[in-house]
This record gives sequence, structure tokens and C-alpha cells, in this order.
Amino acid sequence: MSAPAVASLTCPQCGSAIELRTLDQALSVVCASCGSILDARDPNLHVLQEFKARQKFTPQIPLGTRGTLKGEKWEVVGYQVRGATIDGATYYWEEYLLFNPYKGFRYLTQYDGHWNDVQVLKAAPDETMSGGRPVVTLHGETFKHFQTATAETYFVLGEFPWQVRVGDRATASDFVAPPRMLSKEKTDEETTWSLGTYTPAAQIWSAFGLPGEPPHARGVYANQPDEFVSRAGSMAKRYLLFVAVIAAIVFIRLVTASRETVFATNAQFFRPGAPADSLAFVTPSFTLRGRTTDLEVTTEAQVDNGWAYFEYALVNEQTGTTYEFGREVSYYYGRDEDGNWSEGSRRDHALLPSVPAGQYFLRVAPEAQVPTPFLEYRIVVRRDVPTYTPYLIALALLALPPILVGLRAWGMESARWKESDYSSSGGDDDDDDE
Amino acid sequence: MTARSAACPNCGATIEFRWSSAVQTVCPYCKAVLVRRDLDLEKVGMVSDLPPTSSPIQLGTEGRWQQDGFVVVGRIVYRYDRGGWNEWYLRTMRGGDAWLSDAQGDIGISTRATKAVALPAANDLKVGQSYAIDDTRFRVASLTRARYAGVEGELPFTTWDRDESLFADLDADGSGDTLRFATIDYSDESPVAYVGTYVELDQLAPKNLRRIEGW
Repeated sequence: MSAPAVASLTCPQCGSAIELRTLDQALSVVCASCGSILDARDPNLHVLQEFKARQKFTPQIPLGTRGTLKGEKWEVVGYQVRGATIDGATYYWEEYLLFNPYKGFRYLTQYDGHWNDVQVLKAAPDETMSGGRPVVTLHGETFKHFQTATAETYFVLGEFPWQVRVGDRATASDFVAPPRMLSKEKTDEETTWSLGTYTPAAQIWSAFGLPGEPPHARGVYANQPDEFVSRAGSMAKRYLLFVAVIAAIVFIRLVTASRETVFATNAQFFRPGAPADSLAFVTPSFTLRGRTTDLEVTTEAQVDNGWAYFEYALVNEQTGTTYEFGREVSYYYGRDEDGNWSEGSRRDHALLPSVPAGQYFLRVAPEAQVPTPFLEYRIVVRRDVPTYTPYLIALALLALPPILVGLRAWGMESARWKESDYSSSGGDDDDDDE
Repeated sequence: MTARSAACPNCGATIEFRWSSAVQTVCPYCKAVLVRRDLDLEKVGMVSDLPPTSSPIQLGTEGRWQQDGFVVVGRIVYRYDRGGWNEWYLRTMRGGDAWLSDAQGDIGISTRATKAVALPAANDLKVGQSYAIDDTRFRVASLTRARYAGVEGELPFTTWDRDESLFADLDADGSGDTLRFATIDYSDESPVAYVGTYVELDQLAPKNLRRIEGW
């Protein structure tokens, strides 16, 4: 035989049926029809307070809903809306009272889409000061004071193991160590401490089988876990690993690159004024052996206060594959009031990233504007030349995610504390005045 | 006083004792309060029906605590203006006893303090004061004036109908062992201290819990 889980009562005010789910644990129960708060321990259910809420609220989890949260079965038996008025604005939050006869009571709180799973502590933790701010320690963890405000009850539904009334006031102080929060509630009669754990709304929705999607959480909540801080940390560590790996690869390249000269011209001369077509020529063919690797074409032109432009085509004799590119060499120098100056360089390096082995020649079309009648130049082609550029680009790109996540972490921390008693807009002076 | 069963002098039902040395029991059929007089039971009063409870504990619930098995043999229901709680009387396999209190789902097991200490008089008690009981410092957290709202089962004393008496609830003072608590009971002429620990029901490996519909 199992004992009944509910008692059925009748509201003395309006005659509606009332179900009591926590039986002898209930001290007050609210009539769902007329909103009267009744003394649950009185057989006649005398009215503790007639309905006087200024506003009606609808719980997101209906009373009587059962769910399995973190492996334990709970039933929603009570609901209250409380609020705190700060600088003239009232902020409301919801509190759901959960019950399981084998586990006792538990709470869920909801503010702006942020949920906390809350348990009342059996004894008060230690309160101290650190860095001029109150802190609390529990099981070796330090909780920083976040905010103290007067919490007022605005609306109640269901049943409660205490005599609840609309208008009840308590001084509520929150201390945070994300994802946990310690809350102290002080009334004339007693001081209660509770420990909250930030719980994603989606977890609440699936625990209680609520329809649709939970409303989007707004802003950063006091004890919202700081996924970005830990993620930025682990990403920074991973980045250092990347740096080490890339440095090793670069080192191996520096040691093993062959830098083999596959073709070089002797000093060549041309007359800059001649028509461009008449200056074009092709080099003798040269052979690239071994694996596909980069090819460096060095152009060295003895320009003096002028420029030379070389239009190149590297042609594979067998396949006809052509790599076209143009290079400019310019060098200017002189003397002014600041002394000697120079700009540009007489040597230019062009790098073709991956050129397969084969028989090649270069087609060269030089062009120049120099104050001399002739221009002397040289072309040197080398294969397998080490380069840093792609690695530097890779390091820069790989640095982006940790930097972005780090910025988000910083942004999240400042958004979190902006809502506290210690916001920078309030300033330190304000804190001292409190 | 070792008989395991006796007849109820009020309704004639056979009463089986869970604890052979019980001095008082309540007839589960007619709710007569019965006190042992040698081999016979004497009816000393009647209790009204206990209010329906959501407690998972019941007479006959068994469990283990500190390497000792226990069985729940009796219960006192206390009430005060802002609440109430159950005190379940436990007999242990090694012949000891303990009280299991069950208030708003918070469960604590306590035993009588073993070391005699000078306990404060009821009039001197103040919330916030601290006392050493059994070498642990406790701080008075609340004072409650409560009365019996009912009894059931077997109890170690014959008091069954009591006026309001004072109870002091004490928390472990300071950090660390925050699950320890103490109670000072001012029901009798001289106060009696109990020292205990809050537990989760599962820690007691309970058997024969009350089955509650739908749970």
C-alpha cells in the first residue's frame, strides 16, 4: 500500500478545490482561483492574506509539472515572483519551489532567461573581507560579493514550507564563483544561505519537457560560467604548441633546403630606349630535377635613379605549362638636407610556390627607364629555396581565434561586473560610501 | 519487560514490539497510548490521527549509520507557530539509540551528548552565542517553542502529551565541518544536549521506506 501524495482541500474564500502536494511540509498554500494565501496547517485554512498582487504572472513551468533534473525527480509545487528596486528600476525574477518527498526541497531561479538550480545550505559559510570586498568561503572555494539588494515578493502561487506573503522583504546578498553563486537572505527572524548552480535554460526545458525553445538569455548573469576565459586559456596553450611545431618545420626547411642554382645568365646588357618587342628573348632550356618545390627567380639590375621592368614567362617545354609574372627593379638615391637617402633595391626575388620537375626555359621581356644608355642585369634561377612568408601568415591566422576568444572573455567579465555593486560606472568612491 | 507482544487493553489487538524494552507505545489500530506496567499495558490516553505526512520515513524503516544498523521504532511530531518537524526514535543493532529529525526534507541524526557540560539555562539563551558540546563549538542559530502534535510507535519515556517546550538549534561554529549540528532540549527540568550530523537519505541505505503514490 502506498501513501497518498496529495491532500485535497477547499478554499474558504472562494470554494475552489486546492491540492496540497507537500502535505505536512506546507505552511502556506495559495488558492489558484482567488489568489488568497491560506494557512496550510490550519484545518480551516484561514486566510493569511487576500489576493493583493499588483500584477499577475504566469510561471514558465506550470505548477504540478514533474521533471528529472540532474538525475533526480522533482515536482514544481510553488512559484513566486520577487523583485529588487535599484536606482528606481524594478528587476523581477522567478523562483520555482521543487519538491520530492525523498529528497526534500530545491529551487530554480530565473532572471532574463538565466536559470539557477538552488539548494538551501544547512549551515552558514564563513564571511570575510578580501581586497576591501566581502568574500565568502565554502568548501575551499572563494565567492566574491556581487550585489546586495532588498528583495520583495510580488506574486505567489502554490504552496510553501514557510508562511509566504506578498510584500515579504529580505536583504539578499549574492556572492559569485561562476558557475556557482552563494546567496544570503536576511530577515528579522532568520538568515538563510543557499548555493546556486548556473544551469542552461535548454537543460531546464528538457528536464521538465517544456514545449518550444527557452527564451534567449539576455546579458551576462552574475554566475554565468566563463566558458571564454577557460577556452581562451586552452586556445593560447594550443597556439604555443602551433608556434613550436611551425618553428620546428621552419628549422628543418632551413637545414634541408637544397637552394640549387638551376640556371644563371652572365651579365646581360640592353638599350633601354629600344622597342620592347625587339628586346624580348628566350633563355636556353634548363632542367628541374627532384620533387615539386618552389622556384626563386632573382633579377639583379644595375639601375641608378631609374627603374627596370621584366616580364617573365617560365615555360615547361614538355607540357607547355606557362607561369607568367612581372618584376620591377628600381633604385633611387641622392642627398638632401637630412643627408644621403636611397629607395628601392637593385635586386628582386620572385618566388613561384610549386613547380614540378621538367625541362623549362624563361621568356624575358625587359623594359627600363634609366639615365644611362645601357642597363646591365643578371637572372639567377634557384630551386628549393626556404621561405618564411607562408609560415608567418599561418601563425598570424592561427593567432586570431585565441585573440578573439580572449577579447570575448574580457568583454564577458566586464559585462558581468557592470551589473554588480562594483561597476566601473559607479566608481570606487561609491563603493566606499555604501 | 522482554515480551515481544502484548494485547491492547483498549481494543484487544495484538501489539508487536519492535523494541523489547520500549516503555511506551501507541496502538496502531485504536491510537490508544499504552504504557508498560510489568507484563501488562496500561492505557494512559488517546492520540488523534496524525496529519498526513510527506515524510519518506515510517515505523519499521531500517538503515545504517556509522557502521551500525538501526530500525525506526517511534515518532514524535512537533509543531510550532511557523512549522513543524518529525523526530523519529531509532534503536540500533548494538543496543544504542538515536533520533532522526526530518524537517522540510532536511534529515539529521543525533545522539545524546556524551560529555556532561554546563548548559545555559533557558532564560540565558541567545541566538549567536556559542557553546562547546562534546568538544565541538556550536553557535545558537534559532530558538523554537514547540509542542507535541502527536506520537506513534515505541518511545523510551512515558511522556506523551506535553506542553510547549523550548528547543535551541545550534550550527557548527566556523567553517569546516558544516554538516554538524546540536540541539538543546528544555522539555525536562535540566536541559539535555544532542549532537548530530545532517545526512542525505541515501547515505543511510534506507530500507522499508514509505511508498508514496506516484514517486
